[in-house]
Amino acid sequence: MLQVSVYRFNPETDAAPQMQEYQVETAGKDLMVLDVLEMIKAEHDASVTYRRSCREGVCGSDGLNINGKNGLACITPLSGAVKNNKLVIRPLPGLPVVRDLVVDMSLFYAQYEKIEPYLQNNSPAPAIERLQTPEDRAKLDGLYECILCACCSTSCPSFWWNPDRFVGPAGLLQAYRFLADSRDQATDERLAKLDDPFSVFRCHGIQNCVNVCPKGLNPTRAIGHIRTMLLSRAA
Amino acid sequence: MRTISFDGVIVGGGGAGMRAALQLAQSGYKTAVISKVFPTRSHTVSAQGGITCAIASADPQDDWRWHMYDTVKGSDYIGDQDAIEYMCSVGPEAIFELEHMGLPFSRTEEGRIYQRPFGGQSKNFGEGGQAARTCAAADRTGHALLHTLYQNNVKNETVFFNEWFATDLAKNQDGAVVGVIAICIETGETVYVKSKATVFATGGAGRIYASTTNAHINTGDGVGMALRAGVPVQDMEMWQFHPTGIYGAGTLVTEGCRGEGGYLVNADGERFMERYAPNAKDLAGRDVVARSMILEILEGRGCGPDGDHVKLKLDHLGEEVLESRLPGICELSRTFAHVDPVKEPIPVVPTCHYMMGGIPTNIHGQALTVDAGGNDQVIPGLYACGEVACVSVHGANRLGGNSLLDLVVFGRASGLFIEDALRQGIEMRDASMTDIESANERLVSLNERNDGENVSALRKELQGVMQNYFGVFRKGEFMQEGIKKLDDLKERIDNVKLEDKSNAFNTARVECLELQNLFETAEATAIVAEARKESRGAHAREDFTERNDDEWLCHSIYHREGRAVSKRSVNFTPKTVDTFQPKVRTY
Repeated sequence: MLQVSVYRFNPETDAAPQMQEYQVETAGKDLMVLDVLEMIKAEHDASVTYRRSCREGVCGSDGLNINGKNGLACITPLSGAVKNNKLVIRPLPGLPVVRDLVVDMSLFYAQYEKIEPYLQNNSPAPAIERLQTPEDRAKLDGLYECILCACCSTSCPSFWWNPDRFVGPAGLLQAYRFLADSRDQATDERLAKLDDPFSVFRCHGIQNCVNVCPKGLNPTRAIGHIRTMLLSRAA
Repeated sequence: MRTISFDGVIVGGGGAGMRAALQLAQSGYKTAVISKVFPTRSHTVSAQGGITCAIASADPQDDWRWHMYDTVKGSDYIGDQDAIEYMCSVGPEAIFELEHMGLPFSRTEEGRIYQRPFGGQSKNFGEGGQAARTCAAADRTGHALLHTLYQNNVKNETVFFNEWFATDLAKNQDGAVVGVIAICIETGETVYVKSKATVFATGGAGRIYASTTNAHINTGDGVGMALRAGVPVQDMEMWQFHPTGIYGAGTLVTEGCRGEGGYLVNADGERFMERYAPNAKDLAGRDVVARSMILEILEGRGCGPDGDHVKLKLDHLGEEVLESRLPGICELSRTFAHVDPVKEPIPVVPTCHYMMGGIPTNIHGQALTVDAGGNDQVIPGLYACGEVACVSVHGANRLGGNSLLDLVVFGRASGLFIEDALRQGIEMRDASMTDIESANERLVSLNERNDGENVSALRKELQGVMQNYFGVFRKGEFMQEGIKKLDDLKERIDNVKLEDKSNAFNTARVECLELQNLFETAEATAIVAEARKESRGAHAREDFTERNDDEWLCHSIYHREGRAVSKRSVNFTPKTVDTFQPKVRTY
């Protein structure tokens, strides 16, 4: 029997959050953490609340704090998380809890929207696609794959302290995705909007974001590139 | 109950819904998207291999008419030729728009969009060999497309009601659709969302089967809402089983793997598709490949200790091709099959993937019903696009890469048509208090009931029945048995117990409402599958093994009332090309 400890909080009935214990029969299978949550909801307690959708690590719904580390429940196998037969599941840290494992992502999305996450190109569009060399397209690899799960930003102390002013690793990764796109013409405007003491420079390079990204992306490197662009712009 | 009003409301924030929303947001009309998940969590995100369209990048001579020919043939001739003509001819414009919006397509040396071969594709009307027509962003095309559409909706300041769940359609005394009832999941508040145009872009319902590539959220909400409101559905017997779901997990492995040169092998290591489809081999239609796999397994040539799957071989392509063209597949295979495709083949099995049927519509997305005289009638106020719609471009079998094209082209077409209709003025009678109350009945009864069975157990039972009795191969007597089991489930699911009655972010409530939508979808599927006494496309019967054009070269129409099944004509009159006449379908 796997010992599972789940963070519970229902704003309608609970004054404070608490951890609730469940014994889950995994029959020795190396299930994913999401499978365990589904078993708890189906067989133990229908009121346990979490988000999930694709169950294959591409939609970014089920970012959770699993035995102390942020990750996607659907692609985290028990073998990679369980220690001493114990699994502790908490909501992503640093964001307000709506209920149980569901956090309010408004601040996270607001930072994403702030970087204007869309291609800006005011020259008239050709009748076919805009051309881009494979080399220029390769510059977007490692950037465009972000699934907005928030594992990175909610593992970042700078984002915990200043979620309203520091864009955070997820937003900055996307900021660089557009700065790096040969088709985008708004480089200067984008940089101008990031050029303050908080938006980018609150990153202290501790790489928690890199450590937790379930897609293997490297926001710290992208932030480094933005920093360089900002500094050379100032020079 | 509070009322909020819009000119247009789109239910569903996947590719179709967001493409329609983008069109309407740009028009200046007051529009909103209701989505039960944050839009980028919608199932479009899982599409991998690409979006098929004759943009003439891989082959400068490529022609949308060749794509049309392939699609008509792929549909086993019950795809509507006017709709397929529209999709294939308008497609390039819709793809270039996506690129201009920023979609990070993979590129050719010339800097154009990269296209890969996919199943069922040909040059020169089947005479010129395999085509490469599927536009790709590595093997993450759905993700790239969905995020691009969301980003452009952010740019155009579309109003989103994220994590709101639509429960039922509101209709006025004239039978016109005048919005939906929806729950704000976070607070539990129920609201009447009033609208002059209600667009269903609610996606598929693969979760009616026990084994599916589909996300948890694909629960046929649009089909359930439509049927309960008296709107019929079309071709619901046509379910696509994707040849390559990962054995055990059900997660998808793109057809692009075979497009890039991968192939299927049985327990003897034989490339068996050479026997079933000597020309196209592993790139035959999906229905053909899925059936061939099942036959190999049934005849004792399956892999593994139970001989219940086959394998997809990719290692001969080399690490470089796999990591650059199919990086997501490598990731999924390592996570879910514990197999590194660079070194060993991936265990795969046909897995429920796509609903070809849905709400019948015309090419403008207007939902249709069929009157007593057999004539199409537009249902005022209701539109559908994407997987929930049956326009029908896929007929009895969808070609790989055509679902993304379908949702972009018809999401866009719905938006364009509604914009025009709003400009001309839409007058509809308001829903009365009684109309709203009647639309809200199902939710009220769920909330008030204190007994009944557990939602998870009922869902599992339903999925088991569909998996066992309505799978890749079907037989009349088995299906009748399956229908009896559904009859037994009907009342139990109607009376499912809501075990958690709280308001804040109550996903138990959403799951109960979804289960009832799954049931409506499953029942429609079962009844028409039993009724269509022939084999065509994805619908393969052991008791009627041949296609029967004399009786069944037509759509099936299912009405919930009396579970009535009728036939509807297929369109054979495209506007600019000659009709593609039904032929024997071989690959």
